[in-house]
Amino acid sequence: MDGNLDALTTVFTEFYYWVTVVFMFLIHVGFCMYEVGASRARNHMHTLMKNIMIIPLVTVTFFFFGWWIYWAFPNFWFFGGSIDFEAGAANLPWSENMATNLDDRITGVFWAAFLLFSWTAASIVSGSVIERIRSSALWVHAVLIGSVFWIIDAAWGWHYGGWMVQKLGYHDAYASGVIHAIAGGYALGVIMVLGPRIGKFAKDGTPRDIPPHNPWMLTIGIFLIYTGFWGFYAACNVPAISPEAIGGQITGTTWTATNIYLAPTSLSAITFNFLMSLSGGLMAAYVVSKGDAFWTFSGGLAGIITASAGNDLYHPIQAMIIAAIGVVIVYNLHYWVERKFKLDDAVGAVAVHGYAGFVGLVISGFVLWGAPSSPYEGYAAINPIGQFLGAVIMFFVLGFLPGFIVAKLQSAAGVLRIPEEVELQGLDYAEHHAYEDAKEAIIEADKAALAAKS
Amino acid sequence: MSTIGYESWAVDLADVSAIYPFQGWEVPMTVIGVIFWLAWHRIQFVREGQHLEEARKMGEKDKIDKMLERY
Repeated sequence: MDGNLDALTTVFTEFYYWVTVVFMFLIHVGFCMYEVGASRARNHMHTLMKNIMIIPLVTVTFFFFGWWIYWAFPNFWFFGGSIDFEAGAANLPWSENMATNLDDRITGVFWAAFLLFSWTAASIVSGSVIERIRSSALWVHAVLIGSVFWIIDAAWGWHYGGWMVQKLGYHDAYASGVIHAIAGGYALGVIMVLGPRIGKFAKDGTPRDIPPHNPWMLTIGIFLIYTGFWGFYAACNVPAISPEAIGGQITGTTWTATNIYLAPTSLSAITFNFLMSLSGGLMAAYVVSKGDAFWTFSGGLAGIITASAGNDLYHPIQAMIIAAIGVVIVYNLHYWVERKFKLDDAVGAVAVHGYAGFVGLVISGFVLWGAPSSPYEGYAAINPIGQFLGAVIMFFVLGFLPGFIVAKLQSAAGVLRIPEEVELQGLDYAEHHAYEDAKEAIIEADKAALAAKS
Repeated sequence: MSTIGYESWAVDLADVSAIYPFQGWEVPMTVIGVIFWLAWHRIQFVREGQHLEEARKMGEKDKIDKMLERY
């Protein structure tokens, strides 16, 4: 850090990302509460542990290779590109930058901000498969979506040099596609192989509602997800950067906040749009679900996700309307898919994340048509075809296909689903009995100690 | 053509203000937004009225007693 201004900017940026990481931890807390609240009492501990262990497994793998993928994979061989070993070198686990280093104060917090997105991607999949997947199977999926597939899509479409940005004009400022569509698509691929929970469908194929065990835990969970989502939005921005540091076409000396593509936006803009899209989503979901509490809460989230692709540029009223449109589509699509294909998406994750992300990308292609996707020369402008292709790549190519194929392999090996007997008695059955036995033993011991004294 | 009024970022940001799509359409957008908001209230009043009308005929004395005791 050479001058005072440089030092101040660096320390501010370091602190900015650090704060976003702490906020984003609440997303994971929220997902855990939501999943446990949605599961039945006989599965609580396994449901919780299944999600908690995403944290260490995705963290260590994201350190070992996930972060390197982001910097090494932005190019695509179709367009004459290849793996960029030079750019990736500073982000390998044995690089000096990936450690305590007074000459690099940003890599650690930037890595962590991306890592928290990785947890989210894995956690989205985790929710849809509760009460019947083997934890060991889910943890493989968590590593694949969290440290491989989502970060490939980030390199392609969420990087200032990504080939999708350059060639398609792909624009996805707050991750409608790069987190939500891919995770929803991945979850769809897994649940297609995994099958529904016992009792989810009647003999004639009519779906049954499996109500949450603890609605209040679910409510707090989703409010924590909202809160963490705010941190996520901030984490998607570069807080303050000069045109000189961007090195693109921007002239003059005016500093700005930017999106991940280094194109200008502001924290104020995204605060407007976050709140208006949350509101549009909540209002539409309340109406379309006829006041169902959980769809209303999820609709708030789906509204934000639908508007997220363009929330760096939208007008707040546009964000509100786009969110509302997205929620109506998502809600109806969820029930159509459930009835038609007999799929059991336990928390509506495929709909709220996958369909909302897909729809949001498509809508943004029209609303932002012709806007520059990047501050650099020669990049395609934002356009409907590029956004549609981007949505297909996120949802189907990098999400659905890997999830489906890996789940098929796990199913063939007999390691995907828990045995039927265990599903009926509950995943916590053995632990529950150990708990009861331990409780009985310690009560007896206390009683004996008391009797010996008297 | 660009919906935000800029086809590239080859500009001095000191000269840039609004960058949202469809500038000049703020009033019609506000009208659409207000219609959405008012329609929401209208739908809600109608639906709640229907729901309460159905609900007042649903109660069974035993179950209501239990609910009252449950607090």
